[in-house]
Amino acid sequence: MNAEKVTKYILTFAAIIIVVIAGGMAFSLFGGAVPAFKEFGIKFIFSSEWNPTEGRESYGALPFIAGTLITSMLALIICFPLAFSTSLFLGEYFKGKKIAGILGTLVDLLAGIPSIVYGLWGFYVLKPLFVNIGINEHGLGIFTASLVLAIMIIPYATSLSNEIISMVPDELKEAAYSLGATRREVITTIVMPTASSGVIASYVLSLGRALGETMAVTMLIGNANIIPKGLFGMGNTMASVIANQFGEADGLKLSSLIAIGLLLFLITALVNFLGKLIMKRIY
Amino acid sequence: MQVSISHKKLDLRRVLKDRIFYIGVIVLSGITVLPLILILYKLVREGISQINFDFFTRVAPNTLEAMVAVANNETIPGGIANGIVGTLLMVALASLMAVPVGVLTGVYLSENPESRFAGTVRTIADILQGVPSIVLGVIAYMWVVRHITNGYSALAGSTSLSIMMLPLIIRSTEETLKMIPETYKEAAFALGVPYHKVLFKVLIPSGLSGLLTGILLAVSRIIGETAPLMLTALGSSRINLNIAQPTSAVPLLIWEFYNDPNMVKLIWSSSLFLMGFVLFFNILAKRISKRWKI
Repeated sequence: MNAEKVTKYILTFAAIIIVVIAGGMAFSLFGGAVPAFKEFGIKFIFSSEWNPTEGRESYGALPFIAGTLITSMLALIICFPLAFSTSLFLGEYFKGKKIAGILGTLVDLLAGIPSIVYGLWGFYVLKPLFVNIGINEHGLGIFTASLVLAIMIIPYATSLSNEIISMVPDELKEAAYSLGATRREVITTIVMPTASSGVIASYVLSLGRALGETMAVTMLIGNANIIPKGLFGMGNTMASVIANQFGEADGLKLSSLIAIGLLLFLITALVNFLGKLIMKRIY
Repeated sequence: MQVSISHKKLDLRRVLKDRIFYIGVIVLSGITVLPLILILYKLVREGISQINFDFFTRVAPNTLEAMVAVANNETIPGGIANGIVGTLLMVALASLMAVPVGVLTGVYLSENPESRFAGTVRTIADILQGVPSIVLGVIAYMWVVRHITNGYSALAGSTSLSIMMLPLIIRSTEETLKMIPETYKEAAFALGVPYHKVLFKVLIPSGLSGLLTGILLAVSRIIGETAPLMLTALGSSRINLNIAQPTSAVPLLIWEFYNDPNMVKLIWSSSLFLMGFVLFFNILAKRISKRWKI
């Protein structure tokens, strides 16, 4: 065998390892989830009971699925005006200027803050603030978690949509200016429609990030295994229930937590796939 | 005359709208970076007083020591040495596993851009990048904690971190190598250089800065990870260098301090340190990519 062939085999082997890892992950998650699905069937997804009492064990993922979807969507809604303005600031109003460079770096730094530090800040700064304002008595819950989650996904949404917005061809914008359009009109009638699918894709991808965030949400959501009652109620997400209960779990409970991990894996993979699909259609 | 006045009115309204929109964008952009400033302010203000020589050289105190110190209004004794060593150990181990596979896969993708298998691998890497870190913790628990080390271990922690690094390294390697001019390779082939030497003596060295940037950014992404380590490395109160034993890490220590009312003061100094650590790798990565652009 000659050296060229060996090199090619080594490269292919590395690529195969990636496939094996991903396949193994899916296999292990499915395998670990089997006992829970065997015991509860499809009801596992639709039941809102989470009862670890021995002999009457019953686990359902609905409260956590609901908690995950609600906090992530709310985070996306809070994030949108801020991230969109910032991406207009960076990619349109001050494109290529020094101030845009500074703001861009600061937003990047936001992405560098570890999740647990966001959680601490939310717990020691936002929580007392919310209690003082009188939003709710304990300061924790869906809203607190979503607000911090929104701050955490801003850098991703901003940098992705900034890229798309700055790609809008100057000729299009110049044509609109020459017809007497103001800057706002250029943005609303030229930039936004041209960049819309890319901007949507960047928010879909940011949603994918929000779904799996663990530490900050765990520290702020209140960890109540119920379907959240309203915006300021407590709840739990799929990621945070795993983080909270995995350590002491065994048997059916462990399998249920792995099943939740599997569902989370499937949901994030689907959302990311959608985001990437929309992105690909633009390029 | 009449017509031009109404035109002016209309223009005024449009200009006003334009101004309001502009101010809105600037104000909201300002609000976006406000949390960063508030968080950094809080970390520095509350954390700086605990950072001293001991902080880097001694292991974390136990609850009692901390309680006594807080009661006497002293700084809490001890530091986070067990966490720092654990983080370095696990990050090094994770890089050791992820870098070779990641770089080679990246080379494979850039060498076979059109093949169907490459497309599959690319899609899989994309999916891997989106997998929540807590799920990677579950995986490493099922693979390593259960079957390899038979207990919580640094190796399990590194495994979850390395799966997190892989897609980032693959992506950055492929993107970097794609930008290297085809003529470099052609020139080497024309001189009769064998394929593996073209890859390792021409292609990878020309893209080294890009590769390094990608690796360092991946490292800066995993340093702050807490959730997967909770399920895999667990934590340890002493300095541990055995990869088959439970190991601490800076984020794990922060989590322990957070759950212990006596240790609250150590939270901020540890977070400040962690933040500095992440930033260091982040800035280093950006420096390298600026310095040696292809």
